Amino acid sequence: MAGAVLAEIGYQSNWVEVLTAGFMRSAIIGGVLVAVAAGMLGYFVIVRRHAFAAHALAHIGFPGATGALLIGVPVTAGLAVFTVGGAVAISLLGRRLAEREVVTGTVLAFATGLGVLFNSMSTSSANSVTNVLFGNLLAISTKQLWTFGLLTAALAVVLAVVARPLVFASVNPDVAEARGVPVRILNVVFMVALALVITMAVQVVGTLLLFGLVVTPSAAALAVTARPAAVAVLSTAFGIASVLLGLLLAAMFNLPPSFVIIALSFALWLAAIVVCRDRAQADAAPATGCAGAPSSAPPAPAPTVVVPAGPAAPTGDEAHRH
Amino acid sequence: MTDPAPPVVVLRSAAVVRGGRTIWENGQLEIPRGSLVVVIGPNGSGKTTLLQVVLGLLPLARGTVEVLGAPPRRGDARIGYVPQNYTATIGDAVRARDLVALGLAGRRWGLGRLRAEERELIEATLDSVGAAEFADRRMSSLSGGQQQRVAIAQALVSRPELLLLDEPLANLDVRNQQEVVDLLARVHETLDTTVLLVAHDLNPLLSVLTGAVYLLDGHPHYAAIGDVVDEGLLTHLYGTRIRVVRTPQGDMFTRSG
Repeated sequence: MAGAVLAEIGYQSNWVEVLTAGFMRSAIIGGVLVAVAAGMLGYFVIVRRHAFAAHALAHIGFPGATGALLIGVPVTAGLAVFTVGGAVAISLLGRRLAEREVVTGTVLAFATGLGVLFNSMSTSSANSVTNVLFGNLLAISTKQLWTFGLLTAALAVVLAVVARPLVFASVNPDVAEARGVPVRILNVVFMVALALVITMAVQVVGTLLLFGLVVTPSAAALAVTARPAAVAVLSTAFGIASVLLGLLLAAMFNLPPSFVIIALSFALWLAAIVVCRDRAQADAAPATGCAGAPSSAPPAPAPTVVVPAGPAAPTGDEAHRH
Repeated sequence: MTDPAPPVVVLRSAAVVRGGRTIWENGQLEIPRGSLVVVIGPNGSGKTTLLQVVLGLLPLARGTVEVLGAPPRRGDARIGYVPQNYTATIGDAVRARDLVALGLAGRRWGLGRLRAEERELIEATLDSVGAAEFADRRMSSLSGGQQQRVAIAQALVSRPELLLLDEPLANLDVRNQQEVVDLLARVHETLDTTVLLVAHDLNPLLSVLTGAVYLLDGHPHYAAIGDVVDEGLLTHLYGTRIRVVRTPQGDMFTRSG
């Protein structure tokens, strides 16, 4: 048994042929497009504390995919309808984190129930359901590639326009609202954008593994830098590296691409948080921008004053005690 | 000091209703331009609500309000704002400098980079609050006092005429409280900014305040600080015995019991 398993994942001498096959070219393009789209949004997912919502939206898409198979429409369309619908529901019903968690979970449970129903009505093979749950990058069609390309391009345009106010609304919602940023509209825009990224990513790595391609590369990038643009670039690079290397290793060793991609993404994340934690402890944080504990240097006592100091501070602190 | 400029905030018969409950009413006050004013009142008396009215985030149920000579409107660049619990809501995904930059350009659409003079303004503002040396660090790695400085820099970077702060001294130790108070006093003097802040403890502020808005029995009032530091008024306001003590240095302290 063990021998059979090892033989199954053994080295494939024909991997060069596999890599140059047409389906592999589609897989490479599709995977890279998803990595780019996810990299653009990942920073916001984490800063806005939408990680659970991202995970849930992938599952909310599941009945969309099974429903699409049932009535014979493209899986992408079914996924998009359900994830966008779920995103709008979550963003309108759950504005505060505490509410959002419950709203997200409730919508998620209902959607999963629909998925069970559609699946029981479906006559299609279990293989289709497996593809939805675990993704199948090797089955990406040219039509899907065009859809991915258009969605990624549209996402880039929208983000280029809203990037700065969206960062403001994400890190500082109270101040942003007072300063006139349309925080609520941006919330809906962000959630719909996230739903579309998830619609793509589900087809690459599947519902169950989606988090590893949409959130993990950005979490790794955030351990290295806190500059939003740098996080976007770095997490896209991490995502692309995971996809390309993952496809190569999958071809060489006959492994499911979803697994190898997610494993690499996980390894990059682990390396990033370990390396950056060490650097922060070595007090190199200002140079690297790595996150971590406060530097061991004591806080600066007196500020650099460019204006005259205010009225003398009362010295008798004990007089303050009630 | 006679100031010909009109008051920064004017309430006329103003009332706020939230969820069917009247928060305060018969608001009748003028806050003079160039003052440094504390908003005091017991918990739930509507201090934060007053700031939200001034910011244009909450409409009045009755009466009128004028801010800097016009009805309040959300997004008025002449108003700087540091909300309550500012530091608690900031995660580790943002550097101090980027946060201050958002105060200047955060509502701008598109990808255009900041202009050179905007970058200089950001650096100068960070410097003026004593945050220059930790400007590259993440907010989560800063102390509460340092985070509050960055928050104030973010509010000041657009050179507001009116600075609103909601409990900027909460959760700070005595030394950091005093440093923030000194900073606000400097801002008030050197930038000619009117400062309106919500606070629970008057003591660290008494040496710098010029006036107070006090929410007494559901009505906002304004008075010069000398008239507010009064045992009878403060005891009535907080519903507990408050004493005013004059120290040899001339500082006044309120204490209960």
